[in-house]
Amino acid sequence: MSQLLLFNIVNGLIIGAFYALMALGLSLILNLSGVINFAHGGFLAIGGYLAYTLFPYLGFWGALIASPFLVALIGILIEFVLIRWLYGRDPLYSLLLTFGLAFMIEDGTRFIWGAQSLPYQIPSWLAAPLSTELFFLTGYRVFMMILVAAVVLGLFLILSYTRLGLRIRAGTLDLETVSVLGVNVRVLRNLNFGLGIFLAGLAGVLAVGMLGLEPTVGDNLIMPSFIAIIVGGLGSLPGTLVGGLLIGVASGITSVFLPSASEAVMYVMMAVVLIARPRGILGEEGRF
Amino acid sequence: MKSSQISRGIGRRTLLRTGAVAGLLPLARPFVLSARAADTIKIGLDNPLTGTFAALGKNELIGAQLAVDQINAKGGILGRQVELLVEDSTSGDTATAVQKALKLIERDNVNFLIGNINSALAQAMANTSFEKGVFHIVPGGHTDSVTGKQCHWNVFRVCNTTRMETNSVSKLLLDKYGKKWYFITTDYAFGHSLQDGFEASLAAAGGTKLGADFTPLGTSEFSPNLIKAQSTNPDALILLLAGDDMINCLKQTVQFGLDKKLHIAGAQQELEVNKGLPPNALFGDWVFEWYWKQPGVPHVEEFVADIRKKSGGSVPTARTWFGYAAIWTCQLAAEKAKSLKPIDLAKAMQGLVLPPEVALMPNNPYYRIGDNQLMPTLFIGHSQPAPAGGDPEDLFAVTQLVKGDEAALPVDQTGCKMEWPS
Amino acid sequence: MPKLDKRAGDVLIWILLIALPFWLPFVGSYIELGTHVVVYALAAMALNFLLGYTGVLSFGHAAYFGLGAYGTAMTIKYLYPSTPLGMLVGIAVSTGAAALIGPMIIRLRGVYFAMCTIAFGQVFYFIAFQWRSATGGDDGVSAWHRMPLHLGFTSIDILGSSRAFYYFVLAVFAVCAAAMAFLLRSPFGRTLLAIRENERRARFLGIPVDRHIWVSWVVSCFFVSVAGTLFALMNNFVDPRALRWDQSGNFVIMAVLGGMRSFWGPLIGAAIFLVLQDYLSSHTENWMSFIGLFFVLVVLFFPRGVLGLVRRRTSS
Repeated sequence: MSQLLLFNIVNGLIIGAFYALMALGLSLILNLSGVINFAHGGFLAIGGYLAYTLFPYLGFWGALIASPFLVALIGILIEFVLIRWLYGRDPLYSLLLTFGLAFMIEDGTRFIWGAQSLPYQIPSWLAAPLSTELFFLTGYRVFMMILVAAVVLGLFLILSYTRLGLRIRAGTLDLETVSVLGVNVRVLRNLNFGLGIFLAGLAGVLAVGMLGLEPTVGDNLIMPSFIAIIVGGLGSLPGTLVGGLLIGVASGITSVFLPSASEAVMYVMMAVVLIARPRGILGEEGRF
Repeated sequence: MKSSQISRGIGRRTLLRTGAVAGLLPLARPFVLSARAADTIKIGLDNPLTGTFAALGKNELIGAQLAVDQINAKGGILGRQVELLVEDSTSGDTATAVQKALKLIERDNVNFLIGNINSALAQAMANTSFEKGVFHIVPGGHTDSVTGKQCHWNVFRVCNTTRMETNSVSKLLLDKYGKKWYFITTDYAFGHSLQDGFEASLAAAGGTKLGADFTPLGTSEFSPNLIKAQSTNPDALILLLAGDDMINCLKQTVQFGLDKKLHIAGAQQELEVNKGLPPNALFGDWVFEWYWKQPGVPHVEEFVADIRKKSGGSVPTARTWFGYAAIWTCQLAAEKAKSLKPIDLAKAMQGLVLPPEVALMPNNPYYRIGDNQLMPTLFIGHSQPAPAGGDPEDLFAVTQLVKGDEAALPVDQTGCKMEWPS
Repeated sequence: MPKLDKRAGDVLIWILLIALPFWLPFVGSYIELGTHVVVYALAAMALNFLLGYTGVLSFGHAAYFGLGAYGTAMTIKYLYPSTPLGMLVGIAVSTGAAALIGPMIIRLRGVYFAMCTIAFGQVFYFIAFQWRSATGGDDGVSAWHRMPLHLGFTSIDILGSSRAFYYFVLAVFAVCAAAMAFLLRSPFGRTLLAIRENERRARFLGIPVDRHIWVSWVVSCFFVSVAGTLFALMNNFVDPRALRWDQSGNFVIMAVLGGMRSFWGPLIGAAIFLVLQDYLSSHTENWMSFIGLFFVLVVLFFPRGVLGLVRRRTSS
């Protein structure tokens, strides 16, 4: 039993890292621009589909690198055309708009690539467990964990040491002052959105190694992402990371005892956090 | 939540608004589903075209469209041309499915109602068609209650019941692998009845259920369940999962190396699922309800060729055949009854045998008297990567054929108490 | 002038609703769609009581919608086949649950409140899903139907006649709408508007804000549960999907689409959403793109929902 528990905790961390990747993108966009991006799952799907299309030309690794950048470009374009009209308005409108966008992305991917699930092959040396003892540690999942860790590290480095990152952080705290200080807020928001979508696209490429590739592949990942943000604390990126890992582990542990509750336990966690400590684990008081 | 408005020019907004409305107006699209004319026989198809079951629904639609074309080329039904009215029921919204069924029945006055892939939607639609007294065929919804506990005189079904599927393959699995099974099942009607069927087979053979995990529909993460299953060391790991969940689980099974450690099997499998799997995930023993490669069986090759033309090169799947057989059944029933009255059609359906060009399988399938369930042939076999030099869609190797009526429960055990109107 | 316009608008809407079974088939549609619109309109208006008038967003209203539906379905199926009894039980159970849950979440605001309502909603969804013996699990409660109304002197066949059922739904809707309008015009309603505009100031004025929000929450959930009972009766079926967060999302979308700040906004939003979806999905497989595009355009060009535009025109 305890071995089973250990297996599931480790596995839960890996899945949690994946949730965190999604949630971080969502959080970046929410914090700076106040936009609830309901289409995040759609961008994940686009990431997966672009990887599928690029695979014959660039191979697994080429597609892995190229796809998130392409999706980020699409994100930047969409921000310019659609999203930027939402700033300053009630977040409910961003919800409705991105919901509509999600519809269009789902239908668009179905129109272009068809409703039939598409096969995606990962390199065979990744698609095997590391050892027969620790069979649940597959090469692919460890690779995913390492990649997510590297990307998260990269994100924090960008936010801490580059000008863009500094401006994003400052903008999250007080956008008006940042604008008055001469920073082009329009461009800042645009690039921030692109960064968030980059993470979604990357999550998409990673997802299709484990999941079937079809238009609704991102649908079930939206809610866990929001939960991760709330549990970790709105406005705090480290909090989102912790939140994602936490719900991944909680889900894993629950599936040992009551598999059908593995999804519900995330919501229970969120309710508990909201009632007991609304600002979340690492959130600041009075942020929203 | 306060809103602060920055007003933009009215002129531009009005212009853009007008343009947007004008852009929405023309709905004469290349992908118009149907046009409604008068004095035709109308068949209403209420099936998913969006969502999880979109791929399956698309294939049933293609099969139905081929049947309509063929029927019209041969003179239609009772001398009148047939029109197929297509509605998207969505993949899981019962309210929409029922509403569309009522639209087809009340507004469009369809003579025949067809649908649904989703078991719960199929049953809700069947209860509705029963209230309205409309002839209804369920092509691909598997829940046993449709021809079981909630059977109706006006409702018929093409695809197998879950019990037929499990009964057909359980002997093979028990003999080949052993009697200790672990289940991972999607937590809804379809999954539950498949599991009930297998548990009955296990009990009859003196086997043991080592464990059963129910996962919600739309689960992406199967690692906890697979870890648990592996720890019990079963003779066979039985996967009773719906479409995309099956793909997710099989992909993850391979990555854990469990395909080398355990025997993976299940009941229903579909070509649509196999087409979504990378070659290393194509394994396991399953039941197909129809397969496109049937050497020596008449008319199958022509059907495959016709469907390839309609679908842009893809072969027909079991779903294609369900749609095809359902529409042809309407024609056969009407010709036999010489009438379009639902009660006459239903009476003509009793024991109706599908001719070889519709059956497209050995053993003469027929609609069983007493529960309105078609008795087709089931195709037992194992999944395989496409053979070198063969067709890229040849992803299943059929090893055994089982007659439906041998796998089915006798009518009095299905729970169906058919009540005919006086 | 504006008051006359508003009166005229109200009258027009009622005329359209009452005459619906006659003009709707005439334009190529069908009564059941109208019934569907009225049921969802009631749910969206109930949500808007909380959202548009009190300024509090709930994203978990489907929980109480669904509880009302399940209460009705299970009563008729297992307890006693009577439509009014089913409705009463559904409403009572659902409102009771809302009243109990309210105090737990009342201190939260904004997105926190919204997410907490989702959490509770999903807990109910999970229970409905798991408790297979009672609720049928994912298969839902089927094999029952709405019972004709026996009024002593006559019997109304709301089961067989779509028209009769539509008028039944419309009657219930009318009573609820009138009640909501009455409440919103009362001092209580005015206080809610004050809370929406500036909660801190309201508090300084001595208004017990939390208590008002709780009452508004319970009232809102009461009316959404009525909509839920009608939903179950309409389909002769209920499944856990009625409780899920995406169902809640539909209500929010309808309210925002039509206009949160107006009484009839949610009705217009429900009508547009459902009619558009029904029409488009009959003509093209790609209806989702058109609906999605429509939402995007509404948000970009109709800043206060569809009715917001109309209102601006008439008041200028």
